[in-house]
Amino acid sequence: MQLTNRSIQVVKKELTLSERLYFPAILKGMLITLSHLFKRKATIKYPEQDRELAAVYRGQHVLKRDDAGAERCTACGLCAVACPAEAITMESAERKKGEEGLYREEKYAKIYEINMLRCIFCGLCEDACPKEAIFLTDRIVPSSFTRGEEVFGKDILVESMTERVDVSKRQTPEVLSFKNDKKHKHNQTYLDRKN
Amino acid sequence: MPKVTIDGITIEVPNGTTILEAARMIGPEVAPPTMCYYSKLKTSGGYCRTCLVKVSQGSEKDPRPMPKPVASCRTQVMDGMVVENNTSAEIQEARAGVVEFLLVNHPLDCPVCDQAGECHLQDLGYEHGKSETRFEFPRREFEKRDIGDKIQLHMNRCILCYRCVKTADQVTDCRVHGVMNRGEVAEISTYIEKSIDNDFSGNVIDVCPVGALTDKTFRFQSRVWFTKPVDAHRDCDKCCGHVRLWYKGDDVLRVTARKDQWGEVADHEGKTGWICNTCRFDKKSTKDWVIDGPSAISRHSVISANHYNSLKALKVSIDRQKAALPHGEKVNLGQGALDPNNEIK
Repeated sequence: MQLTNRSIQVVKKELTLSERLYFPAILKGMLITLSHLFKRKATIKYPEQDRELAAVYRGQHVLKRDDAGAERCTACGLCAVACPAEAITMESAERKKGEEGLYREEKYAKIYEINMLRCIFCGLCEDACPKEAIFLTDRIVPSSFTRGEEVFGKDILVESMTERVDVSKRQTPEVLSFKNDKKHKHNQTYLDRKN
Repeated sequence: MPKVTIDGITIEVPNGTTILEAARMIGPEVAPPTMCYYSKLKTSGGYCRTCLVKVSQGSEKDPRPMPKPVASCRTQVMDGMVVENNTSAEIQEARAGVVEFLLVNHPLDCPVCDQAGECHLQDLGYEHGKSETRFEFPRREFEKRDIGDKIQLHMNRCILCYRCVKTADQVTDCRVHGVMNRGEVAEISTYIEKSIDNDFSGNVIDVCPVGALTDKTFRFQSRVWFTKPVDAHRDCDKCCGHVRLWYKGDDVLRVTARKDQWGEVADHEGKTGWICNTCRFDKKSTKDWVIDGPSAISRHSVISANHYNSLKALKVSIDRQKAALPHGEKVNLGQGALDPNNEIK
């Protein structure tokens, strides 16, 4: 029974002489292969070469410090509650006297962990953060031989003051100009408050 | 028995009932929010103006409307009164104004505050507040005051609702704290920084609608929504002994009184279920309690979103991280980075 009129009738034709020789077809195939030698490659030599990533690429997280070097994270737990993969865990502690240069607020994250195997890099933690502490960056999470190594603690996540991570490209010009306004407590460092 | 109509719903209430109580009898859909009024405390209410309602008909005999919004916690119902709460745009605007005033001096340090997640001011601000303040002056700030080793006072967060003062007056037998000074510099304080040590002083933590009075033993232990509330009881010679335990893993991080649907301490056998300091601060082990079952938490509450099961998994991975850091070798993490030797216990 014919269901549609789009079916194609298969006809087994007698091969011509050139087809029977096979040679022209082989040559044609070789030419296609040869032409690819002169085309642009689809792959790159990673890790020697890096692919250009978008400014808002969502890669490995960073826990930012403020301009004076104090950790911005105050362990409010909003990133953990926003995380759909439940990848973030933390434990908080109270800042002691004399640690104002280390932690911005009177509470800080004693332990902060992101399980990179669970993380789906959705960026909701970045959206939820009220302290501009956590950002996703254009760095690619390195692979590892064991699962345990993929749980990143503060030793990996917190940025170092010598090699700061630039996240300014992820922020709108309005946000960046707001951050220069030292009138707001949100933008002051402990040094600003001292003066 | 006077009849009163609130948001189009008519109810018959006993003589002398306030509009707020009548609205609560109807249900949470029409009940105005409260910050200072506490049904379990006599003479509370009348300070915060959050419960403003519009009375569009004074009574059956005198149907004229009241000239301006009234505080429903302090206004008694009259027969034939017609009240508008959520149905009145004017009241919604007035309430937004009240929230703005309450937040004028509030530090908005919710990420640090232990009350976040069960804070009435947070709920109120979420529902009625504006996203920006028009206040241009620096916020009022107080010096830190130590009022004992059990209760933490954050005066900056206080909205001066007087609930704790009334609790101390009516629940404990001697009050050592109160509101000092007047106007903008008014503050809750103990008399000459005398610490509060009364068997029932811990109840001021439960009545505080904001994070001004919090449990010092729970300070920064966990966010509220990472703990699991469980109802439990024990034989206590001082109080009713019916409490709510807040678990994280196997640890009881905090003990509070049970709350009813209005966020107030729930009744137990006809009496208000205040709990004593022994139950609150000293019995933080499962073996001290008889578990009644998990507490009912509204699924809209952030507390129902808790994920954490145990701290043990966290500890294991910390040990692993400690071991991964090479001994003697200084890892360059920059200023103030986590020192694996003294930060992790």
